[in-house]
Amino acid sequence: MTAYLITGAKIVGGDVADLLIENGKIVAVGTNLDAPKDAETIDAQGLIALPGLVDLHTHLREPGREDAETVLTGTRAAALGGFTAVFAMANTDPVADTAGVVEQVWRLGRDAGYADVYPIGAVTVGRKGTQLAELGAMADSAARVRVFSDDGDCVWDAALMRRALEYVKAFDGVIAQHAQEPRLTQGAQMNEGALSGVLGLTGWPSVAEEAIIARDILLNAHVGSKLHICHLSTKGSVEIVRAAKKRGFEVTAEVTPHHLLLTEDLAASYNPVYKVNPPLRTKDDVEAVREGLADGTIDIVATDHAPHPVEDKDCEWSAAAFGMLGLETALSVVQQAMIDTKLMTWADVADRMSYRPAAIGQVGGEHGRPLEAGAPANLVLVDLAAERTVVPGESASLSRNTPFDGMTLPGKVVATFLRGTATVLDGKLAR
Amino acid sequence: MRHLLSAGDLSRDEANLILDTAEEMRSLADRPIKKLPALRGRTVVNLFFEDSTRTRISFEAAAKRLSADVINFSAKGSSVSKGESLKDTALTLQAMGADGVVCRHGSSGAPHLLATSGWMTGSVVNAGDGTHEHPTQALLDAFTMRRHLGSLEGRRITIVGDVLHSRVARSNVLLLSTLGADVTVVAPPTLLPVDMTSWPCATSYDLDGALAKSDAVMMLRVQRERMNDAYFPSAREYTRRYGLDVHRMAQLPDDAIVLHPGPMNRGMEISAEVADSARSVIVEQVTNGVAVRMAVLYLLLSGSNDTTEEQTA
Ligand SMILES: [Zn+2]
Repeated sequence: MTAYLITGAKIVGGDVADLLIENGKIVAVGTNLDAPKDAETIDAQGLIALPGLVDLHTHLREPGREDAETVLTGTRAAALGGFTAVFAMANTDPVADTAGVVEQVWRLGRDAGYADVYPIGAVTVGRKGTQLAELGAMADSAARVRVFSDDGDCVWDAALMRRALEYVKAFDGVIAQHAQEPRLTQGAQMNEGALSGVLGLTGWPSVAEEAIIARDILLNAHVGSKLHICHLSTKGSVEIVRAAKKRGFEVTAEVTPHHLLLTEDLAASYNPVYKVNPPLRTKDDVEAVREGLADGTIDIVATDHAPHPVEDKDCEWSAAAFGMLGLETALSVVQQAMIDTKLMTWADVADRMSYRPAAIGQVGGEHGRPLEAGAPANLVLVDLAAERTVVPGESASLSRNTPFDGMTLPGKVVATFLRGTATVLDGKLAR
Repeated sequence: MRHLLSAGDLSRDEANLILDTAEEMRSLADRPIKKLPALRGRTVVNLFFEDSTRTRISFEAAAKRLSADVINFSAKGSSVSKGESLKDTALTLQAMGADGVVCRHGSSGAPHLLATSGWMTGSVVNAGDGTHEHPTQALLDAFTMRRHLGSLEGRRITIVGDVLHSRVARSNVLLLSTLGADVTVVAPPTLLPVDMTSWPCATSYDLDGALAKSDAVMMLRVQRERMNDAYFPSAREYTRRYGLDVHRMAQLPDDAIVLHPGPMNRGMEISAEVADSARSVIVEQVTNGVAVRMAVLYLLLSGSNDTTEEQTA
């Protein structure tokens, strides 16, 4: 295994220093390090070193939709985006609702080798919202599932949600809720407001998200388990979670990069690349989720990377699939939305995109650790001064549905290391 | 003007040019030979993803009276549940050399997509898209009102019914306000969009309060099935509160007219007596539809777009 001496990197939250990586671990951080003769030196002058990013919400589409993404292509995109771990959502075909499927996904990730893949198990059989899946079997499997979600659909039945929250206490699991009251969002196409009325697109009202979040926070308080809110998107949701945390209720929440940067106005183009669930919201909402992320109300950024083949987006709005690519652009979007606006520091970014998602996903031994001697060598080197224009065709994903097409974004991942192995070098896949 | 996608895209001058041109086209209807050679050699495709025989026939008659070659392409029933076929269809039309595409589609924004996707180069006329817009319907409504009321400047026009799901209402509100009319939409609160702050019109839940000061009242089609989604309790209650019958009609000023874009639910939003009354201009709307669509096709396709630009400059 190649040893690496990374010289002159700005260590996030610390000073400029050298990092020595050997046998999958960071063995030393400092200056004048004693590197082995065959160590490869990487000049990281002007680059920042961050802990490897962790995405709690990725759709890898395998098994079932290998035309949109595979574990291999999705984790390649992850590595290029600076991620060393991704949590794979359960809405595959077949659904990841058994030990067999989650172990398959886990193995595919291990074979690919670009990022650790932690499967998320479905909460209910077939994600149909009627019967609990065998959560314990998934927890006990080789994939060691701790995060459960019916993402794509809401666990809307309050009694079932309560039981799911209670049940996972036995193995310290967490239920990640896609908060969407289904009756309030039938046929919904975009954020409900002045614009949806003008465009004649069925509205997805904020209250449909907020009502579920409020309900689930209260349910969780009643049973004392772990609740995580997926892709929180509205100002009202931020206020509910903020108030709940202030009162000591247990809840964590995520926001996507696209909800940090883009607004509903883009729907006026009727270009389905901007169709996503939950929908892009208003400027007020964007400001609120930024503030929520900055003050810790929202714990993490998660991509909700949702690849779709061209034909599912190259069509009229109502026929198009919901979802956007996110892995390769997430860090740049966060830089633009949170760093360039002075709302957060890079230490905050390490917290929201590495330490905390690893903690919520309970992979904190392997991922989300400060760059210190003894930690697994999961890290990313980023050129903060670089700029790049997003070109869909250059994505490592099999899909092309990036809403950032043509936008110039700050920052560029130069290198990513997964347990000491370079997955990205010089901004390109290393293997 | 390259496409007609939204009534809101029309300036007042452009709208008046269309209406004035339609006036000329309509006079043609009284002549023995009803055809103009204006669009000879041009191909107009009626691309209908939704059934609407009346709208299709109206466009077809309009194009034929301008001597255009007309192709009717009904995609209803073919595999249009997935949108790929919109693109494939557009590519086919492009290959056929369609100069103008009249598009009716169940998905809001589909004509917009045809016009902006780069799939085809012809002019696109929105013949009704989802719950978005139906600009030629608004133009024929305005045309009909203008013939009865003169200039629409300051005229009070009331639009009643399922505004939330109505493309006719959206286009009419935008066009009529451009033409200077005072527009009020009346509906139960459930059938209005939740936020109408950007709409250039007033809103009301009270039909009786609005009628006495209306120069024209337009009744929108309301589907009975909406009551299954709790938009209103029953057809009977809807009719009682928002239907136009002879008693309500009596509140209208003497010269006021009654419009309906059709097809009507007689006995639901409009009583048969009102529909067939002297105030009703519903049949005339159909006649005027052809003239207005001739004007639109003529202005978009005849190469006389320069005139438009001069007028709007
Ligand atoms: Zn989701």
